Amino acid sequence: MNLTRYQRPEVTEPGFGRLSSLRDELDRLFESPWIELARTSQLLSGWTPALDIHEDKDNFIVRAELPGMKREEIDVSLHDGALSLSGERKMEQKFEEAEVYRTERFFGKFQRTVSLPAAVAADKVKAQYKDGVLTITLPKTEEAKPKQIDVNVN
Amino acid sequence: MKAIVQAEPKAAAERTEYQELVTPVVNIFETKDGYALEAEMPGVNKDGLEITLEGNEITILGRRAAEPIAGEVLFRERSAADYRRVFELDPAIDTGKISAKMEQGMLLLTLPKSERVKPRKITVSD
Repeated sequence: MNLTRYQRPEVTEPGFGRLSSLRDELDRLFESPWIELARTSQLLSGWTPALDIHEDKDNFIVRAELPGMKREEIDVSLHDGALSLSGERKMEQKFEEAEVYRTERFFGKFQRTVSLPAAVAADKVKAQYKDGVLTITLPKTEEAKPKQIDVNVN
Repeated sequence: MKAIVQAEPKAAAERTEYQELVTPVVNIFETKDGYALEAEMPGVNKDGLEITLEGNEITILGRRAAEPIAGEVLFRERSAADYRRVFELDPAIDTGKISAKMEQGMLLLTLPKSERVKPRKITVSD
């Protein structure tokens, strides 16, 4: 099972975000074997888009912030009750030659996996990418939906 | 002049009343023709974008489009705050020619340099 990394909402402040991921990284350095670190390290190989998970009666709704990507660069998959988002953001070629004044944006590969708390109907999952936000709607299976039970009074 | 498009630190202090705003992350590039600025503002579309030019300062304000609220929150990392950031412009920029494009939550600002600052040859008359 892959990681579900928690990042504090202050990730939107670039300074803090990097600091907290550096701290996470250091924590993991002492907790996990090197090979694991190298494979999943954000500092070495990528970035972590922020996401929200909501639940209503019928669905789980996952929203991830992936600004400035192309639809085909985003990969969504469902496996054993875990939803995976992955992809790669590439720097635009036209700026490769230019002089760089500020680089705060992350490029490269990303991967996030979330375990869903209840069963979902895999064939009815919908994903929509709009305004840089990916919204995935995962309908619960009939068995996983809450049921109202009538109490009979004699 | 080498001092470019830079962040304006006093802008944050100017706000007297508390407003929840986040600073969008940006990349800034310079080519011989001008500057390009990319700002990440996921959740903002063309209608929520407000770009103001005042003197030598450009302000980017991005208001998030309303998202349908569904049920209860299980996990939350995203901010609901709007985006704002102020930049000071290099005097070489032709402010009349600045253009903006919004694509999938990313703003691309094109800031061309004015013709008069570009290097050119002067022909000597007889």
